[in-house]
Amino acid sequence: MAPKAQKKPQGKQMAKSSAPHKPKNSAINASRLMKYSRARIFQRKAAYKVKKVKTPAKKSAEKAAAAAFVVKKIGGDKNGGERKVYKKTPKSLPTQVASRKVQLRPKKTFKKHVRRIRSNLAPGAVLILLAGRHKGKRVVLLKQLESGLLLVTGPRKLNGCPLRRVSQRYVIGTKTRIDISKVALPERLNDAYFRRQRSAKKSAASAGGSADIFAKSDAAYAVSAERREDQAAVDKALMGAIKASGDGPMLRSYLRSLFSIKSGQRPHAMVF
Amino acid sequence: MGKLDKFVEVGRVAFIANGKDSGKVCAIAEIIDQNRVLIDGPCSGVRRQVCDMKRLHLTRFCIDLPHSARTAVVRRKWTAAKLDEKWKETSWAKKLEARRLRTNMSDFDRFKLARAKQIRNSIIALAAGKIRKEAKAKPNALRFRKPNKKRHIKKE
Repeated sequence: MAPKAQKKPQGKQMAKSSAPHKPKNSAINASRLMKYSRARIFQRKAAYKVKKVKTPAKKSAEKAAAAAFVVKKIGGDKNGGERKVYKKTPKSLPTQVASRKVQLRPKKTFKKHVRRIRSNLAPGAVLILLAGRHKGKRVVLLKQLESGLLLVTGPRKLNGCPLRRVSQRYVIGTKTRIDISKVALPERLNDAYFRRQRSAKKSAASAGGSADIFAKSDAAYAVSAERREDQAAVDKALMGAIKASGDGPMLRSYLRSLFSIKSGQRPHAMVF
Repeated sequence: MGKLDKFVEVGRVAFIANGKDSGKVCAIAEIIDQNRVLIDGPCSGVRRQVCDMKRLHLTRFCIDLPHSARTAVVRRKWTAAKLDEKWKETSWAKKLEARRLRTNMSDFDRFKLARAKQIRNSIIALAAGKIRKEAKAKPNALRFRKPNKKRHIKKE
């Protein structure tokens, strides 16, 4: 088998491979260990045949470094006679070479976190909200957003709960399901849409430092036109889905009712 | 304490009350000693095994089994005696089934049950109200008194 050239970004020289090849190395049992050692992979890939091209990037780095400061002559005895004056003060002027600590398991930013969802929470499931201003209400789960929060709606007509984000942790998933495959959710319903709007004035002021800290926060929250629009659209489709499902009228009064624990009921022994 | 009519004997149908296979019925295939028996329930999914008498609740059914009958024989006698249907018809089995349904009710089921009860109770309350009204209209009616209770009627 002809050795395949390694795909190193070496300046403009990119190795053209005819087809995407299967990786030669693989992890053992989802651990960090690889099947082949570095030496063995070197052999298998026949990397000894690949000529190393000196990266021109190094030169440009040197140039950039050189341009960063100006050499100036100074007077006085016994002090070297010249100084490097930085054009732009670098963020850090290390006296020692910082040792690079190898990040075996680099920190994952929030965006990259794995979003999990409980297995009994599927779109169309009826949820019981356990906290917040809508606690006790039975709402319909529409989908899980990218942040991991659940997008729910009452429907607002039935129990006053609007299109809203809710955390999985504050929710009981019931077995009751509504078929929402025909319910088309507007594209713009995402985390940014639901993000709390801080008043622009205040945020600018706090950033600037000089603020009228006694300035009243702006007027009470007013529902935007697009929210009304989306709520109406989703609710209409959802009410249709509820009507179409087997237990239509019962389901409606179910979603209107509030959940509570009655005497003698033990939540850990109950099936939801 | 009822009649002592349920004996531990070969062929006695018993209900397994706890442990593995709890809730199932089986037949006693052999008596080992004071405390243990060999049970077998091929038609109810109980493997042939030794069982402690403490786990078993005896039913009133008994099938005609030769002692140490093997599983195939037990199965044959069981199906011939139609024990599955007989067991299901007993109020014991019905109560178990009702309990099972009740514990497996979902939140929506519980809501529907509560709503059904409410409707039923309102119908009853309405009907009772009507009867009460009619009874008030009749002056010398029994009026919710015990029928045989002696009434002291004042002599004018």
